This record gives sequence, C-alpha cells and structure tokens, in this order.
Amino acid sequence: MLSILYFASLRERVGLASEMIALPATATVGGLIEVLRARGGVWIDALAANKPWRVAVNQDMAALDTPLNAGDEVAIFPPVTGG
Amino acid sequence: MLAMKWRFSRRLPAASGGLKQQNMPNIRVQTEDFNLAEELHALRGENAPHTFGAITLNPSIGAVVSFIGLVRDMNDGAGVSALTLEHYPAMTEKALAQIVADAESRWRLLDCTVIHRVGELKPTDQVVLVMVASAHRGDAFLACEFIMDFLKTKAPFWKKERTLEGERWVDARASDDAAAKKWQSGV
Repeated sequence: MLSILYFASLRERVGLASEMIALPATATVGGLIEVLRARGGVWIDALAANKPWRVAVNQDMAALDTPLNAGDEVAIFPPVTGG
Repeated sequence: MLAMKWRFSRRLPAASGGLKQQNMPNIRVQTEDFNLAEELHALRGENAPHTFGAITLNPSIGAVVSFIGLVRDMNDGAGVSALTLEHYPAMTEKALAQIVADAESRWRLLDCTVIHRVGELKPTDQVVLVMVASAHRGDAFLACEFIMDFLKTKAPFWKKERTLEGERWVDARASDDAAAKKWQSGV
C-alpha cells in the first residue's frame, strides 16, 4: 500500500486530505498519477498534464519516473508559496 | 550529509586548534511569533547554541545578516485581511535543512537560524526569519538571499489569503522561480 497526501488547493479540489492506495502495476509516480486520473471528474482536471502539480516521495521532491515501493508516502501538491 | 557533519562537529572540543566549530542550524516551524533580538543573541551564543540567555558570545562571528518576511495588506490588487499558512509537517524541516546544507556547502557560515510561522496571520505579522552568521559580510549576505530564494520555491508551505472577495490560494510567482534559478549559473 501507498500512503497518499494532498495539500492546499489540490486537497480542496479533490476533497481529500489523505488515503491509502494499492501499489500501481506501473510502480512509479507517473503510474500512480494515471491510476488517480482514471477516477475521472475532478481528478482529471486537478492532475492535468498542463497543471503545475508537484509530487514528493518520502518527503523528497520526485519526478514522473521516480519508482514507488510499498509503504512509501507520496504527497501531491501545488507549487509552494511560503516565505 | 551536512546535517551529519554538523552533529559530528558539535561533539568535538570547542577549541580545536583555534578553529571555530560550526553550530547546528536552528530550524523551526511554529505558530508563535519570534523576537529578533532574542534570536540574534541565541545565534551569537558560543557555549550554549540557541539557548536564550547564553552569556558567552562567539568571537569568530564578524557578520550577521537577517531577513524578515512580513504579511502585507495588499496582494495582486486586493486588500488582504488575513493569511493562513499551511505546510507539510513531515517534509518542511527536512526541506529547510537541505536548503541550509546547500548554503553551507557554498559559503563559509558559522551558524544559521530559519524560523517559519504557520497558521493564521494578519497584515504586519512576521512570517519568516532567516539569519546567517559568518566571519565576513559577503558570505552572510549571499547565503541569506540564497536560503530565502530556495525557501520560496522548495519548502512545502502554501498561503491562502482572505480578501473582501473571499478566500483564495496564492499562486506561485515566476519571479520567485527566476530568483532561485539565478544561483545555478553561479553568482
């Protein structure tokens, strides 16, 4: 299983702060995003390729080809705006 | 990597051949406000790093540069009455520690404090403090700006503003990305 976290505007858009998901067949960040988009509706829009969402795996910034392993914590969020 | 070096150097005797040991950076995410004078005193403390009221000051420090970010009452043409800062707790301090470690690998720094507030803030409130100590001003000036530029683009904080028209998430600025990118070409 993967632990998925959503933050800020993305959390509000999908209406979910966290969930557990089975490790996708394609065990990469890109594979996970495809599984989420397949839910349709707001998921397609929130995770559209032209939207500037970011992904961190185990608290480090990740890319679409970053591999995923069971037990990983994956966070999906908009570009940061602190400071 | 560098965090390990800091931990290691801290265990060494204070006076090893006259070389000043580096202190652990003081990185905090908190809802409470911070006091610049107290933080400066803690940063300069030699024997009890980051303990308020330290009597002995580190005489190797010749320069301290600090940056304080404040909540403004206006953004993108609308009046702002409140600001809520959300963050990703498990990642925030890790990301800040990495940014400070990167600064440490580029300049000769003696100590560093980074404090970022979260929760609900209002105009005029302090949001962020970056304070860097070094032997000479050049390293401190550059490292302070570097840490802020990367904090703005890499640390997982998000701002939501309350305006007369309602609440809105603050968009990331291209100018912030450009500010962080300029360090890649070397300054």
